[in-house]
Amino acid sequence: MTSMERTDVLVIGSGFGGAVTAYHLAAGGAKVVVLERGPWLQGTDFDHDFKLGSSYTRVFDFVVGDGMSLLSGNCVGGGSVVYFAAMPRAPRFAFERHGGIGRRMWPAAITRDSLDPWYDRVCEALPVTRQTWDDVSYAGGLFGAACSHAGRTANPVPIAIDTTLCTNCNWMMAGCRFDAKRSLLLNYLPAAVAHGAEIRPLHEVQRLARNEDGGYRVHYDTIDAEDYRITTGSGTIDAAIVVLAAGAGATPTILQRSEATLGPMPHAVGRYFSGNGERLNTAVIDEDRAGELFDLSRPDGRVYAANQIGRGPAVASWDDLDGTRPEYSRFSLEQLYFPPGLGTILAQTPDPTGATWFGPKKKELLRRWPSWLTIFAMTEDDNEGVFGAPPPTGNAYRISQQMLGRGTISYRPTANTLRGWAQSDAEIKRIMEKDGLSTVMPWTNDVVGAYTVHPLASCRLGDDPATSALDDRHELRGHPGIFVTDGSAVPGALTVNPALTIAALAERAVPGIVRAARERGVPVTYGAPSPDGATSGRTATASSAALLLGETGSARPGGHVAG
Amino acid sequence: MTPEKWTVEQITTTTMEAFADTIVPGEKRSPDDLAVAGVASGGGAVASGALELLSDPASGFATALEALAGLLNDHAGRFALEHGRELDDAVPAFVALPYADRAALMLRLTAPDNGERDGWVALAMLSNMAFDTAAHLHTADAFAREHPGLSIIGYARPDTDGLWRFRDHSYGGTPAATHPDTSPSGSPA
Repeated sequence: MTSMERTDVLVIGSGFGGAVTAYHLAAGGAKVVVLERGPWLQGTDFDHDFKLGSSYTRVFDFVVGDGMSLLSGNCVGGGSVVYFAAMPRAPRFAFERHGGIGRRMWPAAITRDSLDPWYDRVCEALPVTRQTWDDVSYAGGLFGAACSHAGRTANPVPIAIDTTLCTNCNWMMAGCRFDAKRSLLLNYLPAAVAHGAEIRPLHEVQRLARNEDGGYRVHYDTIDAEDYRITTGSGTIDAAIVVLAAGAGATPTILQRSEATLGPMPHAVGRYFSGNGERLNTAVIDEDRAGELFDLSRPDGRVYAANQIGRGPAVASWDDLDGTRPEYSRFSLEQLYFPPGLGTILAQTPDPTGATWFGPKKKELLRRWPSWLTIFAMTEDDNEGVFGAPPPTGNAYRISQQMLGRGTISYRPTANTLRGWAQSDAEIKRIMEKDGLSTVMPWTNDVVGAYTVHPLASCRLGDDPATSALDDRHELRGHPGIFVTDGSAVPGALTVNPALTIAALAERAVPGIVRAARERGVPVTYGAPSPDGATSGRTATASSAALLLGETGSARPGGHVAG
Repeated sequence: MTPEKWTVEQITTTTMEAFADTIVPGEKRSPDDLAVAGVASGGGAVASGALELLSDPASGFATALEALAGLLNDHAGRFALEHGRELDDAVPAFVALPYADRAALMLRLTAPDNGERDGWVALAMLSNMAFDTAAHLHTADAFAREHPGLSIIGYARPDTDGLWRFRDHSYGGTPAATHPDTSPSGSPA
């Protein structure tokens, strides 16, 4: 079989890991093709509509596994289109974690200090801003008041949202119709296209094979635009460099499926998956009590009843992000909004004698939905997830036309993880039930297992070949020229929302990819400014980039490094 | 059960309605409503359109409902035998169960150690979605039809152009002190 099409760099997936790398490589002069399994929607394509087939179901995947379910983006822009744009940096201790391997799991080259300049680059590009209390939703304000009442601090979360454009509609998971959310559709991806990158939606990569020239042949199927279960065609593209950025729920399945042609994968491919230690609780606010305790009211006279109003997480409490505490006892708490249809079924009634997630008592809980306040805990789990044999195509056995699939992951939480969840549940209960403010129950794990909106670590970075799939430059061990830059590269749970860390790592990975491309004869330079032309981030990362390029001493801050 | 009185379609519809009503129960649509157990006030999943959603090709279950209803009735028959229940054999077995037994069977079918749980969990999720999102309808149409579920959960109506905006959204003030180790950018230091 001969392949008719060639490119310098083939990027699989268009979320943070794919968009950041595609932009820089295209800006450096490489021919870049991005294959994205989901549709390409933007602006007014993003519906305020729950109907199956609207953007609410087109742009993400909900994959149910054995003991763990994953929510991921499935569209051009990937997770950035469906995410809630909370963009905190990971705390210092998160990079020092040992997890289950008994020694530091991150590569020696990556610490919070070394990553900070790369964080800065992303913050400049999107941009990420610090909110004031006047920006935060009623739910965030009430959570802040509850934290203070319980003796805790609380912070408005740094966000990638233009609050002057935001209408607080809370439809972010269906894509932001008002372009308030700084998704990749507004920065890295258009900049990549402007530099010649080609983005092909509804192209689902199935496997890779190695060519005689040391490059790779990428096999893909094209997918029906309405019914994602239907394959409409297939093809191949040859590339000198492949960047895998399909997400932590899909990247390992592509590599597993490729093992027959590429040869053995590192042991860590499809292992050490982390759900970011995530845990959700629903507090049902006693409206009268909230008014008495905090003297809060809305202009219409109601106290709260504002679950629907806002834009995802607005306020977080970081008192338990104490690096002096032992591992598995540190967590952050964050007020979160979850739209109907995806989370309500998992909220529980406090009834230990019968059904807690369905039935007449649950319906009574649903009647009080406007008074719900969801608290999201991000704890330190134990990287317990393991992917089984890959499905025939894609990352799951698709059930419905869109959205719902059955995955191959199995997840059995260890005592460490369970203890972290229990500790965070207890603290949420202490905060939210103090003086009768609300009643709180965690979401059940009995229906779809544990639940993560931030899948991580299924092909993780590290210095130890036995426990990491990637070296510290994101290159897949034993398969030179294949790089992984999505959440699967993050070694473990971060105790905060991971999008900014994934993006910063992708920025940091680019010089190494450029170096590998040059070694394969691709004439590409490194040193593009921020997508909007800003240069502060480039200047700050110039020396680090030069090291990663293998050109120490030749960096020219503010200008392109010669190719 | 008396097949001569029940078509396969009727058995399927009534059984799956009873399933959906177990998840989000509602009030009976008429005094002789068999599917809806009538253990909760207001419309439940059935009145909210659960059957329409399950029958929508987009759900992925439309062609499997007949088989699933048969399987559910088989489970219900065994459950009744185990528990010494005498069922009205003029109606499908799951429909003949009182609500408490339907709920107990549901817990068994969706239990983590049940090999069939994936399918029953998916059906439960869709039943719930019919109630809390009217996922078989454009949301604007659901509001126009006074959809029971959206009304009961108190989901606010959109502006006249069908889009949601909330001008008033914040208490403002300073409800809490920020963490002392916060970086200038607003992150954990």
